Amino acid sequence: MIQNYNISQELLDVLESVKDPEIPVLNVVDLGVIREVIVEGKEITIKLTPTYSGCPAMDVIGDDLERAFAVHGYTTHIQLIMSPPWTTDWITERGRKALEEYGIAAPLEETADKDVLLNEKKLVKCTNCGSQNTKLVSQFGSTACKAMFQCEVCLEPFDYFKCLK
Amino acid sequence: MKPIKELNPQFLESKENKQHLINYLLGVADNYLILGQRLGELCGHGPNLEPDIALTNISLDMLGQVRSYYQYIAQLRGDKSTEDDIAFLRKEREYKSVLLVEQPNIDFGYVIVRQFFFDVYNRMFLGALQQSADETLRALAFKGIKEASYHERFSGDWLKRLGDGTEESKTRVQQAVNDLWIYTDELFHTTKADDAMIAAGVAPDMLQLKEYYYEKVGELLSIATLDIPEVEYFQKGGKEGLHSEHMGYILADMQYMQRAYPDSKW
Repeated sequence: MIQNYNISQELLDVLESVKDPEIPVLNVVDLGVIREVIVEGKEITIKLTPTYSGCPAMDVIGDDLERAFAVHGYTTHIQLIMSPPWTTDWITERGRKALEEYGIAAPLEETADKDVLLNEKKLVKCTNCGSQNTKLVSQFGSTACKAMFQCEVCLEPFDYFKCLK
Repeated sequence: MKPIKELNPQFLESKENKQHLINYLLGVADNYLILGQRLGELCGHGPNLEPDIALTNISLDMLGQVRSYYQYIAQLRGDKSTEDDIAFLRKEREYKSVLLVEQPNIDFGYVIVRQFFFDVYNRMFLGALQQSADETLRALAFKGIKEASYHERFSGDWLKRLGDGTEESKTRVQQAVNDLWIYTDELFHTTKADDAMIAAGVAPDMLQLKEYYYEKVGELLSIATLDIPEVEYFQKGGKEGLHSEHMGYILADMQYMQRAYPDSKW
């Protein structure tokens, strides 16, 4: 989902300076959690869609946004938007690239995702050597959004960002 | 998905309706809280790394979901209470979770069977809740079901692996099935508040899905080469606040910090 926030470049820069604390290469815009930004004088309302219900990163992101804008003299109000729910389709192309470079395989589309998480097909590319000969190690990973994979060629263990739709 | 019924805008102006809704929500949410707490106990104690991480991930999902429900309840109450007050400052009788979720983590088999019995129900429940007349509940259901299906896949897979595994794993998981089976019926028990919310179209009538639930559970048990227990009498009480002896220990553990240091923040 390409979002046009209708805010100045300066404020967009501030917004993009806030990263996902668990995946520090991904900023909140690329993560696709920012729905709307409303600026009224020195007050900013940010409407945010949480990723996973229990993701502790969400509270941290809220606090980080408040701090980042406070430096520029703004008071920030965070509003959580539950519907429609967040999906990995909202991660931007730039975000997907950043994930891959960081060593996390970006989410596949829904059917392919199901196939790899049931260990029926080999479709996830190793972030180290690029081989598709990879296997699922665990459906759950270090955070709610990831599963653990291992490359059968170079043996690299790596995270896969699960498709959520 | 469209709601089966539109909610009359004046519905929540009635004090009685509002109280019923709050009690109904507690009945839903407390299951997530108590099961989340039970699974949280396993952090660092899983049989090996992957299930350990999986179980605590599931716990986190449940605690995340429960926060949304408690926030909604706090908003409905309109007083100064917060999600934390609702989670940590109630007495045992005020929790409306089913007996199933408070059952202890006796071994990995029990953990998986308890989870599976709950997950099958939970996914059906959230599927039906997507048609609730209440907008907030529709949103929570839509979000929650994605996580719930993933949980069911995990517990179902393990149930098959343990049932159709070694003699030892089969014996132990069958024991867990036999012991926990008596708590499954309560999932379909309705309280006065539930009935009022079903009538208003806010809550799905889960009784209509009961047969389907036992069909689904039975199907997987047979794939797992496990026997379906035959019991005459099912246990209930949790939804009415009458818990087993396990509940007090869970609450003591869970509430300790808030009781000892009221209003402490992380």
